[in-house]
Amino acid sequence: MAERPEDLNLPNAVITRIIKEALPDGVNVSKEARRAISQAASVFVLYATSCANNFAMKAKRKTLNAGDVLAAMEEMEFERFLEPLREALEVYKKGQKGKKEVSEQKRKDKEKKAGSDNDKSREEEEEDDHMEEEEPPEEEAEEEEVEN
Amino acid sequence: MSLNNPDKAEQGSSSKKNISLPISRVRLIMKSSPNVSSINQDALFLTTKATELFVQHLALSAFSNGPGRETSTLSYSDLANAAEETETFHFLTDILPKKILARDYFKSLQQMQEEDADC
Repeated sequence: MAERPEDLNLPNAVITRIIKEALPDGVNVSKEARRAISQAASVFVLYATSCANNFAMKAKRKTLNAGDVLAAMEEMEFERFLEPLREALEVYKKGQKGKKEVSEQKRKDKEKKAGSDNDKSREEEEEDDHMEEEEPPEEEAEEEEVEN
Repeated sequence: MSLNNPDKAEQGSSSKKNISLPISRVRLIMKSSPNVSSINQDALFLTTKATELFVQHLALSAFSNGPGRETSTLSYSDLANAAEETETFHFLTDILPKKILARDYFKSLQQMQEEDADC
């Protein structure tokens, strides 16, 4: 949970970079305008979350999923985001899968090494790795099912 | 945190497709919303990406509709105008109020009071 109000702000440097990338070169963005866009972005997140959560609740689900977020975009009349979002999700999922494969390869290499050392440690390793596989690959995902 | 490092490297190499806003911060904001218990990884990613698209969209439409095109500036009033004039940005009117002079505010307040008295 957010403990300080500034925890609900998005990092200014990143917001500024995104704004700069969106506008033509050389456009000057006032400090006040940057702050306003940053706040607007936080409100956007809250609005989208609340819309998505309504869809999840209607379907009697506790966990927000990708479909809920996309439905929220439609409800908020940001249909223009749907296509780029779907594309980005596709790429993201591929990236996640690729990462999994890489870590699997590393694991196998490690196993080989351990196996040549002695058999007992190899068994232990296999058990550990099995658990790792079931967990989502990212640190963020760990709290996924934790309720507030 | 070592798990996050490969992520960052990846984002840097293909910033167009990936996201630059911190996912952990977006999750914090999402979780501050009432009744939200859990969010899956894809939903979190999509919300983060959508926020980036939103920032671009808001900045660009405020700029293109504002007077700043000649002077190459984006100012607060352009954003406040966008919030008021564009329907999809209406939800921002509370946090992007139009600025008015105190003098004008008192004038309109006085007018309202007079109207009330008339009734």
